[in-house]
Amino acid sequence: MCAAAGKGIRKSMATAGTKNRPLSPHLQIWRWGPHMFVSILHRVAGNGLAVAGLGVFMWWLGALASGPEAYATFAWAMTTPIGYIVLVGISWAFFTHMMSGLRHFVLDVGAGFELNINKIWSIISPILGVLLTAAFWALLLLR
Amino acid sequence: MGNGTSIGRVRGLGSAKNGTHHWLLQRFTAIGNLLLVLWLVVSIVLLQDLSYAAVIDWLSSPIPAVAMILLLVSTFWHARLGMQVMVEDYVHEHANKFACIVALNLAAFAGAAFGVFCVVRLALGASA
Repeated sequence: MCAAAGKGIRKSMATAGTKNRPLSPHLQIWRWGPHMFVSILHRVAGNGLAVAGLGVFMWWLGALASGPEAYATFAWAMTTPIGYIVLVGISWAFFTHMMSGLRHFVLDVGAGFELNINKIWSIISPILGVLLTAAFWALLLLR
Repeated sequence: MGNGTSIGRVRGLGSAKNGTHHWLLQRFTAIGNLLLVLWLVVSIVLLQDLSYAAVIDWLSSPIPAVAMILLLVSTFWHARLGMQVMVEDYVHEHANKFACIVALNLAAFAGAAFGVFCVVRLALGASA
C-alpha cells in the first residue's frame, strides 16, 4: 500500500507543471498565527513605502531643488494634520518593514524556524517597529 | 527541457526561468537600504531644523549628496524588485502583467533619475 502511494506521488511529480499541478492551499486553509500577520504586514508596508514613501521623498527632493517657495509649499502640506498622518505612516512603514526584513535575514540563513522562536519574533518585530517609530518622532519633536 | 531536473532548476530552467538573481538582488539592495535609510533617519534627527536653508546646507556637501544618490538607487531598485513580486502574485492575465511590469520599470527608473538629478543640482549649487 505504501509502495502504491509512493508510485502515485512519483507520478504526480512527473506531471507537475503540465496538468494536475499541485496547488498550495490559500490563507483560509491554515490556522492563523503571528507569522502570517508579519508576512502580510511586510508586503503591505513595503509596497506602501514604494508608493507613498518614495512619492513624498521625491516631492521633498524636488521641492528642495526647485527653491524656497516650492519647499515652503511642501513644508506647509507636511505640517497639516493629514501631512503628519502621512509622515508618521511612512516612518511606521519603514521601521516595520525594516524589522520584518531583519527577521527575513535571520530566516534566510536557516535560523529561527523553531515554532516558539518563530512565533516570538513574529510578535516582537512589528512591536519594535512601532517603538522605533515612536522613538524617532520623540527625538524629532523634542529636540 | 522536460519537467525540470534538479540541475535544470539550478540553471534557471524551471517554470519561472529565473529567480535566484532576483532574490539575491532583493537582499543586496535591502542591506543597502538598511544602511542608507538609517543614515537618512539619523541625519534628519541630527539636523538643527528642517528649514530650507538647513537642509540645503547639509545636502549640498559631498558626502551627504553621494549617500543620498546611493540611497535613491538602492531604494528604487529594491522597490522595483518588491513591486514586481506583488504584480506577479496578483495580476494573473499575461498581457496585464506585462504592462504592469513595463510601467513599474519606467516609473522606477524615472523616479530614481529625477531624485538623482535633484541632488546633483543642489550639490553643484545650481539653485543657490
